[in-house]
Amino acid sequence: MTMHFLLLFSRQGKLRLQKWFLPLPERERKKIVKDMTTMVLSRKPRTCNFLHWKDLKIVYKRYASLYFCCALENQDNELLALEILHRYVELLDKYFGNVCELDIIFNFEKAYFILDEFLMGGEIQETSKQSIAKSVEASDMLQEVRH
Amino acid sequence: MTDFLNIALLFIQYTVMTPSVRLQEMIRVIRSARTQGEERGIIQRECADIRSQFRQGDNGERSHSLAKLLYVHMLGYPAHFGQMECVRLIASPRYSEKRIGYLGAMMLLDEKQDASLLITNSIKNDLSHSSQYVQSLALCTLACMGSAEMCRDLAPEIERLLRASHSYIKKKATLCAVHIIRKVPELAELFTPSARTLLSEKNHGVLHGAVVLITELCERNPDTLVQFRKAVPELVQIMKGLVTSSYSPEHNVAGISDPFLQVRILRLLRILGHNNDTASDAMNDLLAQVATNTDSSKTAGSAVLYETVLTIMDINSESGLRVLAVNILGRFLLNNDRNIRYISMTSLQKIVQTDHNAVQRHRGTIVDCLKDQDTSVKRRALELSLALVSAVNIRSMMKELLIFLSVCPPELRSQTASGIFNAAERYSPSKRWHIDTILHVLTTAGGDVRDETVPNLIQLITTASELHCYTVHKLYRALIKDIAQQSLVQVACWCIGEYGDLLLKGECEEIEPVQVTEDDILDALETVLQSHMSSPATRGFALTATMKLSTRITDNVDRIRSIVSIYGSCIDLELQQRAVEYNALFKKYDHMRAAVLERMPVMDKNSPGHTNGDTSGEIKEPDTSKPKPVEAGLLSEPASQVCDLLDLLGGTDTPLQPSPAPTSTPTTTSSADLLDLLGGLEIKPVPTVSVYEKNGLSLKIQCDKQTETEVTVTLIASNSTQNDITNFTLQAAVPKSVQLQMKAPSGNVIPAHGLGQVTQTVLLNNPNKVSLKMRIRVAYSNQGAMHQDTVQIDSFPSAACQPSFSPL
Repeated sequence: MTMHFLLLFSRQGKLRLQKWFLPLPERERKKIVKDMTTMVLSRKPRTCNFLHWKDLKIVYKRYASLYFCCALENQDNELLALEILHRYVELLDKYFGNVCELDIIFNFEKAYFILDEFLMGGEIQETSKQSIAKSVEASDMLQEVRH
Repeated sequence: MTDFLNIALLFIQYTVMTPSVRLQEMIRVIRSARTQGEERGIIQRECADIRSQFRQGDNGERSHSLAKLLYVHMLGYPAHFGQMECVRLIASPRYSEKRIGYLGAMMLLDEKQDASLLITNSIKNDLSHSSQYVQSLALCTLACMGSAEMCRDLAPEIERLLRASHSYIKKKATLCAVHIIRKVPELAELFTPSARTLLSEKNHGVLHGAVVLITELCERNPDTLVQFRKAVPELVQIMKGLVTSSYSPEHNVAGISDPFLQVRILRLLRILGHNNDTASDAMNDLLAQVATNTDSSKTAGSAVLYETVLTIMDINSESGLRVLAVNILGRFLLNNDRNIRYISMTSLQKIVQTDHNAVQRHRGTIVDCLKDQDTSVKRRALELSLALVSAVNIRSMMKELLIFLSVCPPELRSQTASGIFNAAERYSPSKRWHIDTILHVLTTAGGDVRDETVPNLIQLITTASELHCYTVHKLYRALIKDIAQQSLVQVACWCIGEYGDLLLKGECEEIEPVQVTEDDILDALETVLQSHMSSPATRGFALTATMKLSTRITDNVDRIRSIVSIYGSCIDLELQQRAVEYNALFKKYDHMRAAVLERMPVMDKNSPGHTNGDTSGEIKEPDTSKPKPVEAGLLSEPASQVCDLLDLLGGTDTPLQPSPAPTSTPTTTSSADLLDLLGGLEIKPVPTVSVYEKNGLSLKIQCDKQTETEVTVTLIASNSTQNDITNFTLQAAVPKSVQLQMKAPSGNVIPAHGLGQVTQTVLLNNPNKVSLKMRIRVAYSNQGAMHQDTVQIDSFPSAACQPSFSPL
């Protein structure tokens, strides 16, 4: 499941999280974000969650006011990608307790820390929800121990 | 009292309040900005504050400043001044600072920045840190943005971690190794031994990473792939364990035990089983088991089933298994979930060539998907439907496709139209069906068809000679109903022009008789000519059709004449030229009109002038295609085709009446007109040289240069036969840009026995200084017999008459 990037953005197109698994210059990243938000936000309701963009497959899903959007390679499994997005939402939900967009805005660094326990180099690193939750918790504790 | 409270509040604010509140406070302030300008102002202030914080060095606040900067960066503002701060924070002993430092590195640094190299040492140290969470940070960052150089540096460390540490670090090291291999493929050998042993791990995270690593190794190196084929039984065992295991809450997703791992294993099995019978056999049972037992009511199960199907189709599986896979896809087509319907069709699309019959069984469902709401699904259904059309099902499929064409979204119309044309061309049961189908498409979606459609259809119509009557009737009726669809109108005009006589006949076996009068037809064509909806190309078709009718109808020729003359002053250049030439055809070349406008021959599909790749929308008339150069020659044509014309005029097939040559009067304008049409010849002047000798008639020519551009050519004819030559006329043709003035001949009788000559002077003005050529036609009577011949003069080697060559 070689993911190229994962983006979270609001219905107004404001970026809330961007994880890039490939090295790309800043200018190109900005362009891709713009393309993705335009493409996904213009999708009509009751259409499927898969798109084609250049030579990649784009899988997106809307959760409340946030769009979760990722890019896969051509041989990747789109249905599994939906499950990956869902898993990430579940992890956020468990961590923040009934997660909403504001949580991700005000605690964006936590969202990244959680993501970094779930995915790495564009691949899944852990398939157990509990294991991830435990690791994040332990890291948070370590952070609290100041000096 | 208030003072004390104030001090107390301040105290609380600076000690009890955690620093993240300050970050959140900044976020709140930024969000409260009402305008873009206000936001920019706030950001500028904050960045200034952050910069000064960075400069202060270690004060316990750096991580919060960096966090603020990262937020600002996400909003799209420049944050490069934070790069060095990331490097510093990563080197800090404090976990909180490392954590945000590494996050900053992943967000702000990429392998192209020089600063990224500076963290290599920190990463190296942290990889051996006593805390696994610090190690994790280093591994994560390396796997995210590690450059090739960093990877080479740290690969041995990663390899060590693969073998030694416990599962938390092992799983991360494995994925780090994957990244390293992607960046530096030569290092694959380093990780191959460890990869194999990782398969015996129980931890799902590590197992998953191991499968990913092995997949990567096998994809890059065929030898490694052969090696790992031996692992197939082990992989099958692991899979079996997952599929048949009892409920495990830790890995369960909607009743499926660890679908992520299952999909990954299936993908590896696909790679290992591809093109290999042994490996494929070893996984056959497992795949059948997964295919039958997996519950697909939720996405997780469907994802596993989908991967299973992909694997089955890509390895050397038994036919029974393949049918099972196609049936799963067929079931997916009926699924309520739109996503599943979509991926089912993309998969069917991939296998429709190789497993055509199996997919055909689901044709009905696929055709139903044409009616789906989702455009992506519709598009896939269209592609599949077109791929499934065969000689057997052409009629029913075409019915569905035509219905689809009338209701499909605009972005799919031209694809549908081309698909229908291709299918019709390959599988039409009959010519009439084929023509009907194309007509149907033109009436429904004429605006979306490609330009080649018009000439293709015309070509098809000419080959179906028994259907000419039927076709022209149908087209006429379509035309009078609606003249908006340009392609349809063009074909209709062409047919009416060509087969107008059949239209007038009224009866036709295959269509109800309707009486059509000459006026009706001309009305229809005139409507097209005058309508603002008609494109210039269409009007060209209509005008030529009108002209052609002049030889097919009997009563209304005058009406045609008047139409043609009106357009002689049309603003559109193309129409004007056509009208003027048709006018000329009426006036001066009326004797040629019937031959010029006669029925076109059947066009060969592959003839050179047949298809026009003309994308500008200007569709050249099929009239002007090479198979019928006679018409081409006298209508609008480029100079190169004139030689063809002149060949014919030179007396091979078409008998042309000798032009009435007013030899006793200076013939200037009439021959000049003919010559303009025949332009394209070249002349080289010659001193008295014999150019023609046949049947006793000989022709000599001499030329004299008067000025730079003017040449006088004298033609001298003599007769060596026993009898006088009478009614002797000469006609001459020169290149277009050359002006020709023929002086009166000395006579039109050449005495026998060479006793006398006839001379005729021709004045040439060559302003463009083209290379001169001349073609001369002689016509005469001898002993009561009419003779006619043509001679071409192309080489005039003469110092006196050297033309200065100038490009045309």
